[in-house]
Amino acid sequence: MQITDELIDYLCVLSRLKLTGEEREGRKKDLGDILQYMEKLNELDTDGVREMTHPFEEFNYFREDMITNGDDRENLMTIAPERKGDYFKVKKAVD
Amino acid sequence: MANELRTKSAFEIGRLIRDKQISSPEVTRVFLDAAKADFSKAVGADDKINAFTDLTEEYAMHRAEEIQKQIETGENLSPFSGVPVAIKDCICTTNGTTTASSKILEGYVSPYDAEVVRRLNAAGTVMIGKVNMDEFAMGGSTETSHYGITRNPWDLSRVPGGSSGGSAASVAAGFAAFALGSDTGGSIRQPCSFNNLTGVKPTYGSVSRYGLMAYGSSLDQIGPLCHDVRDAAAVLSIISGPDKRDSTNIMDESFELCSVIHHFENVADKPLKGLKIGLPTNYLEMDGLAHDVRETIIQARNKYKELGAEIIDFELPLIDYAVPTYLIVSAAEASSNLSRYDGVKYGYRADGDDLLDVYYNTRSEGFGTEVKRRIMLGSFVLSSGYFDAYYKKALKVRALIKQAFDEALSKVDVILSPVCPTEAYEIGGQIKDPIAMYLGDIYTTSVNLTGLPAVSLPAGFSNNNLPIGMQLIGKTLSEEKLLGVAAEFQKVTDYHKKRAF
Repeated sequence: MQITDELIDYLCVLSRLKLTGEEREGRKKDLGDILQYMEKLNELDTDGVREMTHPFEEFNYFREDMITNGDDRENLMTIAPERKGDYFKVKKAVD
Repeated sequence: MANELRTKSAFEIGRLIRDKQISSPEVTRVFLDAAKADFSKAVGADDKINAFTDLTEEYAMHRAEEIQKQIETGENLSPFSGVPVAIKDCICTTNGTTTASSKILEGYVSPYDAEVVRRLNAAGTVMIGKVNMDEFAMGGSTETSHYGITRNPWDLSRVPGGSSGGSAASVAAGFAAFALGSDTGGSIRQPCSFNNLTGVKPTYGSVSRYGLMAYGSSLDQIGPLCHDVRDAAAVLSIISGPDKRDSTNIMDESFELCSVIHHFENVADKPLKGLKIGLPTNYLEMDGLAHDVRETIIQARNKYKELGAEIIDFELPLIDYAVPTYLIVSAAEASSNLSRYDGVKYGYRADGDDLLDVYYNTRSEGFGTEVKRRIMLGSFVLSSGYFDAYYKKALKVRALIKQAFDEALSKVDVILSPVCPTEAYEIGGQIKDPIAMYLGDIYTTSVNLTGLPAVSLPAGFSNNNLPIGMQLIGKTLSEEKLLGVAAEFQKVTDYHKKRAF
């Protein structure tokens, strides 16, 4: 599959990444190689096979809907890059 | 004396402490001093193993004093009381940093302990530091770490494997008695093969992932890297078990592995009589499988025959499809899991014009090349238009691979295979060719895709005198049998007793 500049731009948006010129050329080449390698799966007939998302799909481990952790606010706020009181501080998100 | 102590197994060290031959602080000091001597060398120095991302000296010494008091009063008599352990840098600990060897988490200290860490603490072990890895566990050589490469203690010009390369190197170099790692596509088993260690990728859902930084959530499991099977069984019995905070946990109680731990005391002629070991002959015909690795596996096969096992040669299909399937599934899950690193609540934050720009800049500056590559791959295979052709296709092939293993394991008890096609390779040898690097996982990824348990254990040495491991794959939750089969091998061989120093 041909990796175009448009596709790289699109993947950058989805991934929230900006690439340098050198990175961009690198990804165009290696993503192309890797996707080609992945296409090996097309050799297999998988019609009617159910997708397996998880090793044990039939099992789900439920627990009671109970609060077990205490008030962790300060503990979590101290590792924030920037805070204002009890809030995470970020750049303007809406005009 | 100090060096001799560092060659001992975790079990032996625990016994010395319990028998009051040596104190927990004395043991901790010996391991810490060795680790510190290496840690303090300049980053990039040719003779620096660079196993650690953080040494927790003060915490370790304090903890060792505490444990010693408990031992004196008889409060804590766990077999692993006072035993020094190294923890992979993607497993959260409230002491020391947890960075997943990424710049995006530089300096991050977790506000909580992972469940496995809580369990180890309850068993009395002493954490001496956090160990290096491929960034976010993406790699097989520990060369993608933001904190410098880790060198293989058996040959400093070679990689220690990965992604749990720091875990393996710290044990092989005698900086810790054992280590915890995580395994998404072979990240415990391959470094064990490269460092002459015994490691386990447990059945998916048997060890809690609470506090493990998520990479491929349907593949990831935490497990031990140890000097021998007895240690690995003991650690696994400590860290496995139920945890309601991991919705994929399948355990009612911890693994009961006493029979493995005491295996070494039983002597029997043909102890494996009645056991069926399957050897996928097509695995040994793969391009790229080194001659001496192949020979080592054949010798292991013969050894198992001597021990009474029935060897069944068979074809295990679909091996050529395991790595591409794994790449698609793991990249898809990674791109989703790593979306949380945005510079808002914790970790590295770059500046930007507005919030969206902060996200972009934080991630572009904070992630390394391999991580960006996999996030983009994951975004691609999940994007509309390509989802069916890549992601859905991979999930279907995953089901076929599971069927193939289930069928094989309905006819044999254990599957014997190589761990990695080669011995530890030279630093820089594969890092520039992603596909060559991914192919190093050819024998290990199926185990993660299927959720099955597997052990990697020392099976011999290459022509370059480097360790070569073998892999034993078992049925779901058959850890006791699997480790017992590994134990029988270690009873009659001494590869696992050789040390790098």
